[in-house]
Amino acid sequence: MPLNTDFAGREYPPAGPFPITRQEVVDFAGAIGSTVEAHRDPQAAQTLGYADVVAPPTFAVRLAQRCEAQLVQDPEAGIDFSRVVHGEEGFTHHRPIVAGDVLTGVLHVDRMREAGGHGMVSTRVELSDEGGRPVTTVNSTIVVRGEG
Amino acid sequence: MSGPITYPEALSRTVTVDRSRLVAYADASGDQNPIHQDEEFARSVGLDDVIAHGMWTMGAALDVVTAYVGGDPGRILSCATRFTGMVVVPEGATVEVQVEGAVKKSDEAAGTQTLEISATCGGEKVLGRCQAVVRA
Repeated sequence: MPLNTDFAGREYPPAGPFPITRQEVVDFAGAIGSTVEAHRDPQAAQTLGYADVVAPPTFAVRLAQRCEAQLVQDPEAGIDFSRVVHGEEGFTHHRPIVAGDVLTGVLHVDRMREAGGHGMVSTRVELSDEGGRPVTTVNSTIVVRGEG
Repeated sequence: MSGPITYPEALSRTVTVDRSRLVAYADASGDQNPIHQDEEFARSVGLDDVIAHGMWTMGAALDVVTAYVGGDPGRILSCATRFTGMVVVPEGATVEVQVEGAVKKSDEAAGTQTLEISATCGGEKVLGRCQAVVRA
C-alpha cells in the first residue's frame, strides 16, 4: 500500500481540547523514572513560580500522538501502521506545559515521501492554550518500512 | 554576572527499565503498541523481543537535562533526537540504559547552552543526535 503523498501540506482542524491533569503529569514523570520534583510535587513547582506540576520535556508526545492519529489512522493516507517505526522526534517549548492547562493541537503534514523502498512521513503538531498562544511545537518523523 | 545554577554532575545517570515500567509508560503516554508489551506480537513483526518505546528512552535520557538546569523544566527550550537503536526488555529482566550529557556549545549572547546527550544500552547507542537547548 503506497503512501498517498497528496497528503503532504495538509492541515487538520484543531484536535482536543486536552485538559492536563496533575495525575497524568505525575504518572508520566514516574514512568520515565524522573527524579525532578517539579514534575511530581505541586509545592516544588510553585517554588519555581509555576501554578502546578510541570510536564517533562517529552510529555507533549501524549497529546501529539492523538493529533497524529487523524493522519495515521486515515485509510486514504496509505500508512500501514503495523510497519511503522519512529524515526525522529523534536519538541520546541514556547512555554512549559503545566497541570491545569487546556490545550488544543493542530496537525500539519509537512512531508510525505518514498525513499529507498520506505515511506517517510514528517508531521508537526502545534499545541496552543485556551488563549490561542503557542505552547509546544512537536515535530515527528515516522518511517513506514517497505515490504522488501 | 552569573546566570541560573547548573549541576553538571547530574548529566551522568543509569536508568533502569523492566516490563512493568513499559506498561506504566504505555498508560502514561497513551502509546499501547503491543511491540512494547507482548513478546509474541513483537516476534511476529520481526523483533527479537519486546522493546522499550523510543519515546520512553528519550524521556528518560532527557531527565538528566532537567536535573542539570536545577530541576526547572521551563529552562528546556527545545530537544530532539533520532531513534537509532532499540532497548530490548526480556521478561523478568531489568535493563540498564546509561545516559551521559555534555555541554556542546554556549551562546552567551542568547543566554543558552546546547547539550548533547548519549544513551547506550549494552554498549549500543540507542539515541542519535540527541540534543537539548537550555536557558543557561
